[in-house]
Amino acid sequence: MAADRRTHRSHVSYIDKSRNYYGAQGYPQAYQWSYNHDVPFTPLTKPLNECRIGLVTTSFFERKVDKAAVAGSATKEPYAARCDDALGGLYNKDLFWDKDTTHTDDLDTYLPINRLRELAEQGRIGSLAERFYGVPTDYSHRRTSRRDAPQILEFAQEDELDAVILVPL
Amino acid sequence: MSLVARHLEEAGLPTVVMGSARDIVEECGVSRFVYTDFPLGNPVGKPDDVEMQMAITGTALDLLERAWEPRTTVQTPFIWDADSNDDWREHFMKVDDTNREALAAAGDQRRAAQADAKAEGRNRG
Repeated sequence: MAADRRTHRSHVSYIDKSRNYYGAQGYPQAYQWSYNHDVPFTPLTKPLNECRIGLVTTSFFERKVDKAAVAGSATKEPYAARCDDALGGLYNKDLFWDKDTTHTDDLDTYLPINRLRELAEQGRIGSLAERFYGVPTDYSHRRTSRRDAPQILEFAQEDELDAVILVPL
Repeated sequence: MSLVARHLEEAGLPTVVMGSARDIVEECGVSRFVYTDFPLGNPVGKPDDVEMQMAITGTALDLLERAWEPRTTVQTPFIWDADSNDDWREHFMKVDDTNREALAAAGDQRRAAQADAKAEGRNRG
């Protein structure tokens, strides 16, 4: 591909876009996005082909199937549900994504349950956990940090996960 | 979501984030990040493109194994629309002279509806 020149960065800044968009709607107070200088890091300590991997999504789970199998009752709370029960798709209509350009009818475009199961069959990972977890997008950093994150950690510990893949829509 | 990844890392669980909102994830700061420069909605690859989904998921696994320090971002090589890749970027949450008045009106309408809902709630006691 030929070299290109640009006066602006090419990737989209959603922080800039959303500030301008909601500002144009008359909301003068811009959202305060999370910023951190320091970042924690835990290395993987065992071979990936012996690891049980978990998945976390921002999508909602439609509790039509076997409610007893779902931990977390209200729709805006973190939940854990069986991967098998997600195969028909999750609920994304209320979330912030580009509905004009694409769709979310293919689960593996935002929650790669089938791909990770194939990778487990190929021996790339030990296994995909039987449950996946959901975290609602919350404008409150406090609720995300103090309520949702500890709950997801608890689920991960119950399922004895070795590593976690998080996929915000 | 990035705040959850940070919490898991602090508790000793390795994580990797797969996403398309690069600035939001990197400002929050995560250990490992697989960035795909796509419209929001399909951070693991295009619909029905199993090969691409497999490649992007595989990159997340590679990062789990090989990243040696935090803030490791890998951008996958995929392009959403090779012919007009700026169209979706410009269209999403667009604000310009063609829609500025409509956006302001929509905001006023929403605030009025919210105020009505609040008043109704008060009347119900």
